[in-house]
Order: sequence, then C-alpha cells, then structure tokens
Amino acid sequence: MPELTTVWFWIVAVMVTLWAVLDGFDFGVGVLHRFVGRSDTERRQVLAAIGPVWDGNEVWLIASGGAIFLAFPRLLAAAFSGFYLPVIFVAWALILRGISIELRSHMPGALWRSFFDTTFMLASLAVPVLVGAALGNVIRGVPLTADGFFELPLFARGNVLGVLDGYTLLCGVLVLVTLTAHGANWLVCKTDGVVRARALALRTPLWLAAVALWLATGAATSVVSPDVFAAARTAPMAWLGLLLVLGGALTVGLKRHGELAPFFGGVAFIAGALVTAVACLFPVVLRSSNGPALSLTVTNAASGAIAMQSGLMWWGPGMLLAASYLWWTLRHFRGKVVAAKDGEGY
Amino acid sequence: MWHAILLGAVSPVPMLSNPLLWHRLQFAFTIVYHYLFPQLTMGLALLIVVMKGLALRPGGEAYGTAARFWVRIFGLNFAIGVVTGLPMEFQFGTNWARFSQLTGGVIGQTLALEGMFAFFLESSFLAMLVWGEKQLGPRKHFAAAVALFVGSWLSGVFITTTNAFMQHPVGYTRAADGVFSLANFWTYVLNPWALAQYAHNQMASLVTASFVVTAVGAYWLLRGVHLEQARLNVKIGTIAGLFASLAVAFPTGDVQAKLVATHQPAALAAMEGRFESGPRADIHLIGQPNVAKRRLDNPIAVPAVLSFLAFGSFNAEVKGLNDIPENDWPTSIELLYYAFHVMVGLGTLFIGLMALANLARWRGWLERHRWLLWSMMLAFPFPYIANTAGWMTAELGRQPWLVYGLLRTSDGASPTVHAGSTAFTLIGFTGLYFLLGVAFLFLIGREVQHGPHADEVPHA
Repeated sequence: MPELTTVWFWIVAVMVTLWAVLDGFDFGVGVLHRFVGRSDTERRQVLAAIGPVWDGNEVWLIASGGAIFLAFPRLLAAAFSGFYLPVIFVAWALILRGISIELRSHMPGALWRSFFDTTFMLASLAVPVLVGAALGNVIRGVPLTADGFFELPLFARGNVLGVLDGYTLLCGVLVLVTLTAHGANWLVCKTDGVVRARALALRTPLWLAAVALWLATGAATSVVSPDVFAAARTAPMAWLGLLLVLGGALTVGLKRHGELAPFFGGVAFIAGALVTAVACLFPVVLRSSNGPALSLTVTNAASGAIAMQSGLMWWGPGMLLAASYLWWTLRHFRGKVVAAKDGEGY
Repeated sequence: MWHAILLGAVSPVPMLSNPLLWHRLQFAFTIVYHYLFPQLTMGLALLIVVMKGLALRPGGEAYGTAARFWVRIFGLNFAIGVVTGLPMEFQFGTNWARFSQLTGGVIGQTLALEGMFAFFLESSFLAMLVWGEKQLGPRKHFAAAVALFVGSWLSGVFITTTNAFMQHPVGYTRAADGVFSLANFWTYVLNPWALAQYAHNQMASLVTASFVVTAVGAYWLLRGVHLEQARLNVKIGTIAGLFASLAVAFPTGDVQAKLVATHQPAALAAMEGRFESGPRADIHLIGQPNVAKRRLDNPIAVPAVLSFLAFGSFNAEVKGLNDIPENDWPTSIELLYYAFHVMVGLGTLFIGLMALANLARWRGWLERHRWLLWSMMLAFPFPYIANTAGWMTAELGRQPWLVYGLLRTSDGASPTVHAGSTAFTLIGFTGLYFLLGVAFLFLIGREVQHGPHADEVPHA
C-alpha cells in the first residue's frame, strides 16, 4: 500500500491532466475561433462544437483545485498567493471566456457578436499562456521562505526572478501552441465543411510547432533546472510519460488525415508531457529556489491522514459519476455539429 | 458603513493601506455579487421542476410553456453564477492563504466534494436543459431539470457546511502550530449549524425565485399581455412565495437564531444593539446603535420578546456587549445591526404581501386591484436585499473570527499580497462585474419583453 500522500499526488496529477486534455481543446478552439470560422454560421458551428461540454470541462479545474485544497493545503496557499496577479488574471480570462460563449448568440447584432468572438479568442489565449508560465515557475523554483510562502514580481528584471521571463514564457507558448493544435484536432472531429477543412490545414503545422517547442523547453529545462531534468532518468513514471509523448506525436504525424486517432494522439502527447513533468518533480510539489530544504513536498504540504482517508472514501464514486456524465454528454452530442438557427443552441 | 469597516482593521499602519481591509472588501464585493445569481438558480430550479412535473400531466401544456420561459432565464442566470463563482474558489488561495494553509485540512473536504458531486452534475445537464427539449422528449427533459435542481441544491449543502465550520467549528483537531485537521468526517459534515443554516438559506432562495416569478406574471397582467401565462406565473409564484416566506421565518429562521444566541452571544448582542445584560430582554424594532456611547438611540422596543425568541423564556438572561471584551466584539456593530434588522423587517413584509396576494387571487379580486399587482411587480428586488442582508448578518456576526473563537480574521489573510495588488484587482472586479451586470439585465429584460411564447414566433 503506497503512502496516502503519494496516492493523493497522483490523484491531483490525474485530475489536472483531465482538465488539460478536456478543457484544453476548448481553449484551442477559442484561439482558432475567428480564423476557422469566418461567417456567422461558421462561428456558430465552432461554438456548437464545444457548447455542451466546455462548462463540464472547466469543472475539472475546480475539482483539481478542490483536491489540492483537501490534500495539500500549503501548496494551494503558497502558489495562489505567490502568483496572486497571474491567478486573478486567469480568473478574469475564464469569466470572459464563459460569458463570450454563453452570451454571444443571444443578440443578432454583428457588432455584439464580433465583440464576443474577439473576447473569446483573447481569453482563450491568455489562460494557456499564464498556466504554462506558472508551470514553468514550479519547475524552475520560486523563492519560498521558511514560512511556506513566496513573493514574485510579475516580470523578471536583471537578476531578480519574476513570474514571466524567457523560460516561463517559453513554457507558456508551448502550452498555448499545444492546446491550439489540440483544439484543431477537436474541430476536425466535430465539424464538417469549410470549418473542418481550415482546422485540418492548420493542425499539422501546429503540431510540428508543438513538438519543436516541447523539445526546446526540455533543452531549456536542462539548463534552468538541471536536477529536475536529470530526475527523468530514475523516475519510472517519467519514462511512461515520455513514451506517451513519443507515441502521441507519432500517431499525430502518421495519421494526418484521420479524426479520432490524431485526437487521441494529441491527448497522449499532452498527458505524457504533464506526467513527465510531475514525475520529475515528485515528491516536490512546489520547488524552492532558496535551496531544496524549503521546497514544499507531498509530506510537508500535506493535510492530515483522516482528511486524506475520508477523501479517498468518496473520490472513487465521485469520479465514476463524473465519468458517467461525461460519457452521457458525449453520447448525446456524438457526430458532427451543424450551425443551429438563431434562437436555438450556440 | 465606511468607518465601521475601517474600525475592523486592526493594524498600526494607516487603515486604507491595510491589506486586510482590501482583502475583506474584495471578498465582500465578489461574494455579494456572486450570490445574487445562485439564490435565483436554486429556487428557480425547484420551481422549474414543479412546472415541468405539472406539464407531464394530461392538459399541462401551459405549464410546459411557463417552464420553457423560465429555463431561458435560468440559463442566463446560471452562466453568470458560474463565471462569478470561479473567483470565489480562487480567493481562498489568493487572498486568504494563511486561512487556507491552516484550515484546508478540514474545509478542503467539502470544497472538493462540491466540485465532484455538484458542479459536474450541473454543468453536464445544463446544456440538455436549455437546448435539449426537442431531442430528449418530455420525460428525459424533466430528468435534466431534476439534475439541475439536485446539483444546485447539493452545491448549497457543501458551501453551507464549509461556512458552518467557520461559524461553529466541529469535527476537527488542532495542532500546536495552529493547523486544523479533520478528526471525523461525519461530525464535520453533519454540523447542526450547517443543517439549520442550509434549511434557512434554501427557503430564502425559494423566496427570491417565487418573487421573481410573481413579478414577471404581475408585469404581464399590468400590461394586459400573455394573460394565461401571466396568471399561471402569479399562481405558482404566490403559492410558493407564501410557503417560502413562512418557512424562512419559522421554523428555519427561529432555529438559526437560537443557535446564534447559544453559540455567538456577541453576535446576538450586536444584531440587537444590546449593551446591557439582563433578563426580559427587549427586541428593538427601530433604533440606531451608538457604539461610542454604548446605547441604542431612538429605540422602539417590545419588552421581553428577545429573551423569548432567543431562549424560549421571557425571563431568560441575554448578554449585552458590556459584558463581552471589546476585542471580541464584531468589527462592525452598526452594519451588523442594520443587516439583521433589514432581513427581519423585509421577511415580515414578505409574509404580509404574499398572504394578501394569495387571498386576493383566491377571492378573485387580484386583477381589479392594480396597486396590488404593482406591489407584486416592484417587490422582486427586496428578497435579493434580504438574502444579502441575511448573509451579511451571518458573516459580520462571525467577526472578528474566521473560525469562530479560534482563528482571527486578521490572522487569515495572505502574508505576501499587499494592499496595492488587492486594490488593483478589486478595481478590476468592479469594472468587469459592472459590465456583466449591464449585459445580464439587458438580456433578461429582452426575454421578459419577448414574453413566454418567444420560441414559437421568430424574433429578430
């Protein structure tokens, strides 16, 4: 029986990964929205492709946050307050993304719709960049104090670290491009006609860029955080992650005209990249740049044993329910979407 | 109001530069704004289930039409509730990091449960409810409405339980370093405070929804349009409204008040502006708390009623603030006093209005008395005010504690987030929420103008 803290580490990893692969294509679709849909009918088709699922996908973020709160409250406290401004920016972007999808088609005006189309795109672009930069900070390390908190300026200046610098922006762009490619995969699966054709044309270059950026980020990590990079050699889960990345990238490359195969190839790529990263960090959950003794780990960031055991009692049934709703939604929503008439659907 | 909030900032630095003040203002603003939406969502979800249930019976088509109109309102309202709910989850970590660090081992449980058991259910079936009637057929569509009802009411369970731990902590242990840990899951989730507060809150949410349904019906009656649907809405709204207005006062409000009296004597004293201790305590209908002079100015009081309401006996002793250390007084006695009195005063008026409306409807003279229809139409904002005042009573009454008697609010904020950052984000939230509110009211007004048959006739 593994340690409770290890179990919860992987529970959190699984849930964050589910958020990345599920909400990930919503963000990608958002970034591509204005480019793959040129007319109003086409844009409504793009929105209809994620309309019934985006909100449920976003819940994986909230559920992941809940799992972190339950199991590693010190991680939540340190990361959310230390990354104060970027976290609030993510909240604003998620608000704008949500209302853009839900309010856009309530009014017929061209200006109203154009406003929300652009807002949808910009908000969908901001979240992956900021989340990717935050992940970059976790890998590079943040100036944690003995108190368990840290403070970081938004921008790096000279030798002073910041949330956004060359390395973390590279991580942000990697996440952005990967999720955009993932969104193109989803659109190829869920739409037809010109929207599908445009998504199909975009996705190969996007995936090539994603793989190139992933390699570049790996190389940069070996410079910025050599010990995290080196940990890959001894962590079996990192090998599994790398295998997924490789398999995913190959599937996307070999099945360039397919629908489901490249989509799941993309899922494997994203999941593999995340699993590799967290496996290299384990047992650290928030790396300290002031020496490893101050890092938050699964042990010193953990809540109590009773909280974790109680959580395990309901986590299984909860996941089963969440998975069955997802299955039910996807079943009702199977096949290609067509743009609905005004007043019906997205 | 301002100087009262400022008094709450316990710090040597100038008060407007105190980060604690900004953290509190931001949380207060974002939670008050957010809760304008879920209170309608929860109550309306129940009314939609009732309408759709009645629509399943032979000849119930009119109820189906009514449900369809309210589902359109529900969809818009739900969307704003979802997006404004996100920052609430975030702020535990961003603004109240010390509190999260210390109590996450307990309250993390219910916040994680909410995502898993409430939000997935709601989000998965919302699109089915809003767009899926044709595809699903009447019974499955009814089931989607039930799913939204169960999901939104479950969400209320988890949030109320989380708040109840802050009001009346149970089921925990505390280490020497101040960290709270869960000791017993069932003790924690079956907190008696949570049960009372949940029942009270859900009834209050039903008051909001039934007043909104009534108001739209009254509006159409006054304009002389959609008469059949207008009468149906007035009927459902006033029946539910009378039931909910009564239930919010008794038994649920009564039980809640007795819990406050027993466990938060400082809160009760401040809610009533009571400084002197003693038996046969007055209840104050009107008056202005003068905290500096420790008295209630211009009071109109009813003798001994507070003793009876709080402890079930006219002779019961009720503690006044003079016998409580000032350090443990609620940080804003004035605001707490008015929040409580606004809630109770409005709650009493709601019972009167709904009783009158039902009597008039039953005797058949409702539509001849336009002043009554006007009152029913104009009344709908007041349950929102009463719900807000109720939560302000709960949350200001909890001060100066985050976890009652154990963890002070001044010890819970994020240590590394300064006033400049929070002032900036509060300004941002204010602007963003202003725009959200304008768009929301505009779209809702449009739906009400289009009326209950908007889906049957094309509209541009």
